[in-house]
Amino acid sequence: MKYYRSHILVSINETSIAAGVHGFIQALRNELAKADLTDEINILETGPLGFFGRGICITVYPENVSYEAVKVEDISELVQDHFLKGRPVKRLMLDAVNKFSPNFNYANRIVLRNSGIIDPENIDDYIGAGGYEAWEKALTQMQPADIVAEVKKSGLRGRGGAGFPAGVKWSFTAPLEAPQKYVVVNADEGEPGTFKDRLIMEGDPHQLLEGIMICARAIGATKAYIYIRGEYKLCISRLELAIKQAKEYGILGTNIFESGFDLDIMIKIGAGAYVCGEETALIESLEGNRGNPRWKPPFPGVKGLWQAPTVVNNVETLANVPFIIAKGAEEYMKYGTPECTGTKVYTILGDVAHPGLCEVDMGTTLRTIINEYAGGMKKGFRFKAALVGGAAGVILPDRMLDVKMDFSSLNQYAAVLGSGAILVMNEHQSIVDMLWSILRFFRHESCGKCSPCKNGTQQLYRLITKIKKGEGTMDDVDLMHTIAETMLHTSFCALGQSPIMAIRSAIENFRDEFIAITKK
Amino acid sequence: MYKEICKKYAPTKDNLIQILHEIQDSHPQHYISPDAVDTVAEYLNVPANHIYGVLTFYTMYSTSPRGKNIIRLCESPPCYIKGSENILRKLKVILGVETGGTSKDGLFTLELCACLGVCGNAPVMMINEDVYGDLTEEKVEEIIDKIRGMK
Repeated sequence: MKYYRSHILVSINETSIAAGVHGFIQALRNELAKADLTDEINILETGPLGFFGRGICITVYPENVSYEAVKVEDISELVQDHFLKGRPVKRLMLDAVNKFSPNFNYANRIVLRNSGIIDPENIDDYIGAGGYEAWEKALTQMQPADIVAEVKKSGLRGRGGAGFPAGVKWSFTAPLEAPQKYVVVNADEGEPGTFKDRLIMEGDPHQLLEGIMICARAIGATKAYIYIRGEYKLCISRLELAIKQAKEYGILGTNIFESGFDLDIMIKIGAGAYVCGEETALIESLEGNRGNPRWKPPFPGVKGLWQAPTVVNNVETLANVPFIIAKGAEEYMKYGTPECTGTKVYTILGDVAHPGLCEVDMGTTLRTIINEYAGGMKKGFRFKAALVGGAAGVILPDRMLDVKMDFSSLNQYAAVLGSGAILVMNEHQSIVDMLWSILRFFRHESCGKCSPCKNGTQQLYRLITKIKKGEGTMDDVDLMHTIAETMLHTSFCALGQSPIMAIRSAIENFRDEFIAITKK
Repeated sequence: MYKEICKKYAPTKDNLIQILHEIQDSHPQHYISPDAVDTVAEYLNVPANHIYGVLTFYTMYSTSPRGKNIIRLCESPPCYIKGSENILRKLKVILGVETGGTSKDGLFTLELCACLGVCGNAPVMMINEDVYGDLTEEKVEEIIDKIRGMK
């Protein structure tokens, strides 16, 4: 293998592609060639680097210096000063990353541990980082019941929203006798403000495949579907490549590792419907129907895809599984809190210094996430509220900044944790306006199957529009609350049950704003 | 032509969504015509009304002809608070269309959509397969001009 003095890791993701990363890399190669450094410095295209940065972000090893928002114009300075003379270019450095230890944000990572370090398009990189060891162990040394027991013991809870224990879900399906069972991966990430699954898939697609494989073995499924939204082009191409590579290596396919176990993983592309994040609606969509949710019970675990037992898990949930199997549940339980084990990936947006993603222990407070991982508020802005969990989320005021972010501490707000979206609002932004935008979203996304949601979302939008225009009264505000409460109790699926979250938290925490904008 | 696309997939209903995607992408006007629906219905042996049900349920499909380039501007909360309304207003002016309309030259159709998952760069729009982020009114004008120049 060739030896390089330095490695430049360039993050390839939707953000950097939008910023023109491909042209940047070409220009960088040319400049390095001009400086005669091609044999000394390696450029590695990788996934998210795991810190918060804008535009094109790069990290240089072994120095571990990170730059953000670099442009083609900066290349000659970078090459001249840093790569030739060894003096990092201060003005482009990302303070929030560089001021911490070299292990910044890597110490507590499970799901993103390879992200931004390995080449996601090369299976050897993943194997070199310990990849597919868990799969081999699960297939050759463990019985399906052992796998389910281990995942159950680890306390892993579903990262899609509701936080249902994954091991328990698997244990419903595993013992069933059926000619065919399925694993379905919910990669139809549609919650506004959320793109953690995209980054997990872009940064380390093989890890997701390994998680799927282990789940399939545990429940006895021989077919798996990844249901992914059509917009995630880069994820789709990387997953397709990863599946192809795994098949070539005999990690996937028939009679894997001479065990007699067969598994095929297929990708199915969605067509843009928020409700398809609901597991039964997703199954309907997979079958080629409108994405209307189904009556439960029977749950998908018993009768799912084509009425066969089906486990539906979120991307992040499955991405945790290889670690649990490779290192054991005990090791996994060292992360997070006793009730909520493991880590959580968040995307943090809005008026913070460094929007982006981070992976932290379960139970980390919102304050820590904002201050330490997002570099605090953007200069000149004060914190007003955070919308946590996207449209189906809650609006938290500053007095709730120190609440631990885990399923048990958030209590009634717990369901918002899954999507991991944190949208920070500054003191100039209006809560009423935000709520209007959220309710417009629900009005559009209601699938129309059940009346409480179909009519309720229309009425909520009508009321909030009236209030926003200054034509509403406090009675209208209370009526919104009543309607949303009724929807919570009567709607068919989680979509209609969700608007109450934002409405209740907005009215409870920011009642003054509603009083100020309504007619007396 | 539609038949050929259908034949790439097994004639089972679960392939409907993929087939519709491919038919729509292959049409210069990015839509699914009544002819196409009939062909698919016959191939999959499902009623045409099932296909219309699916078509009109998902936001990525269109049953009427659209422009050469499809602009999909995100209107979800993260983009909204970053000023997507201003971008929408600007786009309407530059293109001379309302939401859902196609410009006179047939080059652009303006649509709104829910979250595109690129919220780190809000406000965001997609034109065909490409994502454009951190939009400002000036930037939008530049992008549109550039595409117009390429026609």
